[in-house]
Amino acid sequence: MPSVLPIGAPAPLDGSLPVQVIEGATSRTFSLYVHIPFCAVRCGYCDFNTYTATELGGGASQDAYAATAVSEVEFAARAMDAAGLPSRTLSTVFFGGGTPTLLPAGDLARILAAAVEQWGIADGAEVTTEANPDSVTPESLQVLAEAGFTRVSFGMQSAVPHVLKVLDRTHTPSRVPLVVQWARDAGLSVSLDLIYGTPGESMDDWRRSLETALSYNPDHISAYALIVEEGTKLAAQIRRGEVPGIDDDDHAAKYELADELISAAGLTWYEVSNWSRTPEQACRHNLAYWQGGDWWGIGPGAHSHIGGVRWWNVKHPTAYASRLAAGHSPAAGRETLDAGTRAMERIMLEVRLGSGLDVDALDKVGRHAMAGLIAEGLVEPAAAFRGKLVLTLKGRLLADAVVRRVLPD
Amino acid sequence: MSPMARTAPVPAATDPAIIRNFCIIAHIDHGKSTLADRMLQFTGVVQARDMKAQYLDRMDIERERGITIKSQAVRMPWEVDNTAYALNMIDTPGHVDFTYEVSRSLAACEGAVLLVDAAQGIEAQTLANLYLAMENDLTIIPVLNKIDLPAAQPEKYAEELANLIGGDPDEVMRVSGKTGIGVESLLDRIVRDIPAPVGQADAPARAMIFDSVYDTYRGVVTYVRVVDGHLSPRERIQMMSTKASHELLEIGVSSPEPVPTKGLGVGEVGYLITGVKDVRQSKVGDTVTNQAKPASESLGGYQDPKPMVFSGLYPLDGTDYPNLREALDKLKLNDAALVYEPETSAALGFGFRVGFLGLLHLEIVRERLEREFNLDLISTAPNVVYEVTLEDKSVRTVTNPSEFPSGKINEVREPMVAATILAPNEFVGAIMELCQGRRGQMRGMDYLSEDRVEMRYWIPLAEIVFDFFDQLKSKTRGYASLDWKAEGEQVADLVKVDILLQGEQVDAFSAITHRDKAYAYGVMMTSKLRELIPRQQFEVPIQAAIGSRIIARENIRAIRKDVLAKCYGGDITRKRKLLEKQKEGKKRMKMVGRVEVPQEAFIAALTTDDSSKDKAKK
Repeated sequence: MPSVLPIGAPAPLDGSLPVQVIEGATSRTFSLYVHIPFCAVRCGYCDFNTYTATELGGGASQDAYAATAVSEVEFAARAMDAAGLPSRTLSTVFFGGGTPTLLPAGDLARILAAAVEQWGIADGAEVTTEANPDSVTPESLQVLAEAGFTRVSFGMQSAVPHVLKVLDRTHTPSRVPLVVQWARDAGLSVSLDLIYGTPGESMDDWRRSLETALSYNPDHISAYALIVEEGTKLAAQIRRGEVPGIDDDDHAAKYELADELISAAGLTWYEVSNWSRTPEQACRHNLAYWQGGDWWGIGPGAHSHIGGVRWWNVKHPTAYASRLAAGHSPAAGRETLDAGTRAMERIMLEVRLGSGLDVDALDKVGRHAMAGLIAEGLVEPAAAFRGKLVLTLKGRLLADAVVRRVLPD
Repeated sequence: MSPMARTAPVPAATDPAIIRNFCIIAHIDHGKSTLADRMLQFTGVVQARDMKAQYLDRMDIERERGITIKSQAVRMPWEVDNTAYALNMIDTPGHVDFTYEVSRSLAACEGAVLLVDAAQGIEAQTLANLYLAMENDLTIIPVLNKIDLPAAQPEKYAEELANLIGGDPDEVMRVSGKTGIGVESLLDRIVRDIPAPVGQADAPARAMIFDSVYDTYRGVVTYVRVVDGHLSPRERIQMMSTKASHELLEIGVSSPEPVPTKGLGVGEVGYLITGVKDVRQSKVGDTVTNQAKPASESLGGYQDPKPMVFSGLYPLDGTDYPNLREALDKLKLNDAALVYEPETSAALGFGFRVGFLGLLHLEIVRERLEREFNLDLISTAPNVVYEVTLEDKSVRTVTNPSEFPSGKINEVREPMVAATILAPNEFVGAIMELCQGRRGQMRGMDYLSEDRVEMRYWIPLAEIVFDFFDQLKSKTRGYASLDWKAEGEQVADLVKVDILLQGEQVDAFSAITHRDKAYAYGVMMTSKLRELIPRQQFEVPIQAAIGSRIIARENIRAIRKDVLAKCYGGDITRKRKLLEKQKEGKKRMKMVGRVEVPQEAFIAALTTDDSSKDKAKK
């Protein structure tokens, strides 16, 4: 969740939603995102909305956070009822951050329980938390599993110490296999997050990270090219010439290596930056983002989407807490998407998926562009024949260019 | 010290013996307009409270740049020894591009005030105009201005002026337009030294047009100097070059606002209004006569304005093309030297090839189009006019590099100029080096004073058009001044360098250069474009070629990655907005074959790094 909020229309203080959100609601899944805005250390590349323990006090402190988050869960349930939305059980829940596991496992369990109390939870629902390898123990993972968590995503990032150092990651690489084993022992499905293209990372470093991660047999891997966001410490270091800048060609080569090694290990890509061992082990919460599902985002700076209305909460935890304490919506701004914008978002998001985009979702311009995209090796011809736009490996690397070409003029 | 005239001589009935026609020759910044303003004030034609600084410079651009583009004439009364005189001050344009207009202004006068900044000495352009005045047998009154400045060196520069025009340094007057010191004595001196005009009062009317200005409300206002005979309201006049005739709706003098009179007689200077709407119908240098009783011979010296420098002007937004046409049509009404014709560029779309008198003229026209007509324009690199003789002896005139013939060429002729450079003598070596590098031939060098030299070169105009003045200024720490006038042509080993993007020629980047400089141009342009054009999904070779021979090559590697790694719930709005922006940006792309070239790349590639404003100001 990038720290810079979009510019939108003002959001009503009572959290009321326009009547359009009801339309088609029964056919959309409902998910919950819970943002935990705390980290032990702020990483040099990270522009997410997160704070170290010493930065905050009062109602926004770590101790009080679970109660504050629960109050937004309750606010959400009331607002959705008031809007006339049908009651839907939670199909997925995702705790992200920050570092959710910096909070005691009991706090995460308490927030989850409050949500389940409000909405109920579907059979086989996916409940994930992100975790830093440093901040879990066999016990804490056990508590989470017992509370209903099904999945944990570890921020491994790299297996190479000098790369982790540039990223300001504090964990020791040798801890990763341990925490993976503990998670398995607790019955949790395991995903590993990797970052490539860090300044100073060689191709061999990246290969080592991939091979190491794959040797732990994860059910799922996310591999992201490092994005240098404005305003981060890393951006300043690059600007001052202290570390080398980002090279897109290097990113491309590393993506190709990732796809080669991860595929060889038996995982399949289902989104540009995500691979899973089986289709069932794909992250269904993220798929809900990409396939137009409804979700409510709990926490400072969290984004929500219900039936074509997107909004985002105030960024600072203190402001967030005081809004809720006053019984107000914590939303800072929102936008109501028209049909054209929703169609554009659908193309933009579904093109990135392994399942692809229905060619029927394209207008004349987009369909006309298909032949050229196939000829240039960006789109799978066989899938296109079945009426799906599915990117080739080359196409995944140029996904934004493909999207621009198939969007209406 | 003379008092302000108590009774001003009446126009149309003024004895030529009490008329004095003069102009002021000065370099920009040497204080001509300030001095002229002071004269207006001292002679009482403008009250102090009505003074706008630099009253005579009408157009905003003139006022902002402190230069005079269009001349005006003002009639001022002045009394010496109890005789009231009529002084006509003809303001001359102060720039090299307008030499012809200067020559016509000079031809309307019997004398000239040579005004030089007492802290800077004479500049090249002033010197050129001084020579022009001397050729016209004008009486020269040398004047040092700004003598109140602490940096003034009146002794030194009086000596320099005396050397130039002959005479005694003591005869050089010293004034300050700013404080008014010496201005009254100068007015007296104008009356005493400058001869009265001479003409035949009973001969058929002959009046020379020295300026012609379009006014939105009144149509064309024509400024004339009557040489023989008399012009009266309501009579029909005839333009001797075209034989076109018009009724004189109004005739009068400027003082400085227009004041209708009963006519203008021998030696008088004033304006005519005939209701014509285009300055081309009232051309500078032409002779006006009476249609019923025409003169048999014109006054001579008339020339059609000849464009020297051409540039393609294209609207940034293609839909502005009709607006650009309309704007040019309007500017043309007030600018007899402006020529243009529609042109199509594969890269830039629809535009016009526009001919100018020089770089300042180009800059002024472009600025007026952008400011007064709210247009955003791309202008291609300026070029000169080439005469290309093919093997079959047919001759083609090339005003646009893309029209340079590709077949067998016998010879190419390029326009030459006589350039005069004035500079402190310590820079002689640097200037010689620069001029030789620009294919200049030295014709002579003179010392104006102990430490200042005048250098004369015969040099291709094309070399001056391309950043010459900026180079000259930087090599002489700003001390050199330059003047040039067209003089002949020469055969030269010139070639056209084309720029190809993925094998497709981009017409806007073609240039005609000397063969020895083709490689440097090719390398410069290809590497510039490599930086400016974004990577595409395929490799894009950028080549510079003479005919089919490649002389320089760069490569834009294919883009391999164009995807944001992360797109989660909180990223969607931001990513969508980014995509909308990119999509919008794509609309502003120009396609060269399959290559998408951003508009900005064209602008940046066509813009030389020098500041064209400084160049124009010289």
